[in-house]
Amino acid sequence: MDSTSNDSLLAWTGPILHGAVTTVEIAVLAYAIGLALGLIGASARLSPWPALRALGTGYSTLVRAVPELLLIILLYYAGSQALTAAYAALGGVGQLAIGGFTTAVGVLAFVQGAYMTEVFRGAILAIPRGQLEAADAYGFSRISRFRRIVIPAMLPNALPGMSNLWLILVKDTALVSVIGFEELFFTVQQAAASTRAYFVFYAVAGALYLVMTLGSNALFARAERHVRRGQTGT
Amino acid sequence: MDFSWLTDPFYQRYLWTGFVNTLWLVAVSGSLGLALAVGVALAQIRGPRPLALVVRGFTTVIRGTPLLVQLFFFYDGVGRLLPAIPGVQESPLWPLLRDPFFYGALTFTISVGAYSGEVIRGALLSVPPGELAAGRAFGLSRWQILYRLWLPRGFQLCLPTLTGEMILLLKSVPLVSTIAMMDLLKAANLVRDETFLVYEPLLLIAGIYLAMTLVLTAAMRLVETRFPGARPVKPRRRWLLPG
Amino acid sequence: MKRTLLPVLSAGVLTLTAMTASAAEPLKIGISAEPYPPFTYKSAEGEWTGFEVELGQALCEAMQADCAITPTGWSGIFPALNTGKIDMIMNSLSITDKRKKVIDFTDPYYYTPGAYVAAKDAEFAIPDGLDGKVLGVQGATTNASYARRALIDSGVEIKIYDQQEQANRDLLAGRVDAILADKIAMAEFVKRDEAQGYEIRATAPRHPAFGEGVGIGLRQDDDALREDLNAAIAQVLEDGTCAALSREYFGTDICGG
Repeated sequence: MDSTSNDSLLAWTGPILHGAVTTVEIAVLAYAIGLALGLIGASARLSPWPALRALGTGYSTLVRAVPELLLIILLYYAGSQALTAAYAALGGVGQLAIGGFTTAVGVLAFVQGAYMTEVFRGAILAIPRGQLEAADAYGFSRISRFRRIVIPAMLPNALPGMSNLWLILVKDTALVSVIGFEELFFTVQQAAASTRAYFVFYAVAGALYLVMTLGSNALFARAERHVRRGQTGT
Repeated sequence: MDFSWLTDPFYQRYLWTGFVNTLWLVAVSGSLGLALAVGVALAQIRGPRPLALVVRGFTTVIRGTPLLVQLFFFYDGVGRLLPAIPGVQESPLWPLLRDPFFYGALTFTISVGAYSGEVIRGALLSVPPGELAAGRAFGLSRWQILYRLWLPRGFQLCLPTLTGEMILLLKSVPLVSTIAMMDLLKAANLVRDETFLVYEPLLLIAGIYLAMTLVLTAAMRLVETRFPGARPVKPRRRWLLPG
Repeated sequence: MKRTLLPVLSAGVLTLTAMTASAAEPLKIGISAEPYPPFTYKSAEGEWTGFEVELGQALCEAMQADCAITPTGWSGIFPALNTGKIDMIMNSLSITDKRKKVIDFTDPYYYTPGAYVAAKDAEFAIPDGLDGKVLGVQGATTNASYARRALIDSGVEIKIYDQQEQANRDLLAGRVDAILADKIAMAEFVKRDEAQGYEIRATAPRHPAFGEGVGIGLRQDDDALREDLNAAIAQVLEDGTCAALSREYFGTDICGG
């Protein structure tokens, strides 16, 4: 490319890096909320109450059968209306001010939670029954059994799925650019449109996402070694 | 809920076009992508080392970057450089090269090639070496071993995972609405622009996708059970899991 | 929406107006998050500017109100208004009967017709020779409704874009044969170096799809804000602020209804 596009690349470095930071923030928050939703969803799917099971199954099945982009657009509109209605029902006055950041995190977390539900469900089912029975025999309460036995015992089974979902989430953050939220890819699109150096800027965007995904691969590999430290032969 | 617009032939036409385009895109990039995937897998297992490294880099880049970015890279990044090449606009290929369908199919083919390539690679590696040795003992040629033994056994091992990959491909199709292609999402957006209905068109196409996912899953199940040497298929929920 | 969604929306709107009237919350001026130069665009410094942005700031000054420019994805800007994500749409929004069913408008502050742009050496006539050609328009615009209504039998293939820039870009890349868009934006577009080989080939006739001119879109029932804005619009039209901005950005005065 010519020197003008080099100059414009420099001029846009700041906004693009800022967009990259926003992308990481969205991904981390959505992942954390998605983990919580996944634990709740898996507990619901494994619960003894049929109504709760149906709710959990419905959530994970419907969300996973519909394209992410479609869900993001639907939730973008429905989410703020639903929240406002809930807020009004709780006695709140006026409209909740829901920013783009909250919306982006919320919809990605909602989608992520559905996939996470399946990962956790499978991982919990893979825990040998004897371990849970041992916990019961020692008089663990349900809560402390969940915290002390179920979670540590399922993590080695869940971690490959969790790392896979994190990578998908990082890549899915680009989808919120479609609803006009300024994360990394939205900024890159603006940069490309105003400088007309499409090839360069989209390649740069790809490289930045690659750094994020490869970097987190390394982190997850370390985490997996850590949670498997008690196991042999893996 | 107001679905009265469904009777308007104007909207019916757009929804139908969007539906047909969606199926076409899945069929074209699914079949080309799987062919590419076999090449990607074999190049990494048996290819010369430089080729194996290049292919490995290719799958890493494709699987490590968002599909939406790849789509824009090909449509705007590569596609805009094309007309600058002398003669391209006059060539018989131009009607294809100016169509967003081409860029959608190109991007999705490459994506399926990279993701499914890794799946097939793993499956080929887990075919017991003894079976291939038996083929050699029977005097089969290298090609015969590949076509009659290795590939069929590999596919047999990874068909359920490939089903998941095809569902993922189907669910990626709405991305092409961002490059001005008429898919179901674009048709829904059109209905929204004209009628100012927000939820109804989106819910309609969400329902269509739900149905397509179920039909595609059932179709792939059929392929799985009909596949030579297939064992009875156990109930499985893995098909909706990405990656 | 006529039957079911509106009551929900207007319930939300009622509570919202209660809030905007009392709180010191700035008025959120919704503009297209996708740049629409020279009306709205973003400099590399990250500041939004353009004719609409500066005029919007002038209107807020005239109303002595505190405003915040709020970029919103264009294709979803109507729901964004009605769900309270923004308080007004100010982005070359034509006043049409269809839109009036869902939102309110201020008085118009400018009017421009739609214009066709194609290559100077293109051999087809516009609009009569469009059969078999590809015409690019931006979705959710009056030009898109006009193209779909008035050109439906002409044999032209209409390609609908989320962003005007994409349509412009595809015209230059030869992927569409012509585009139909706001005349001012197109006059600006053909002045670009890269668009040397292109010109405005024809202007679309006045058609109900184009409406009465460009106004600011508001939620229905937001009457206080509409009256304030109408007064402010009258003032900037009167004192020449609008005309000065128009000349600065377009080289001509497009202000007025």
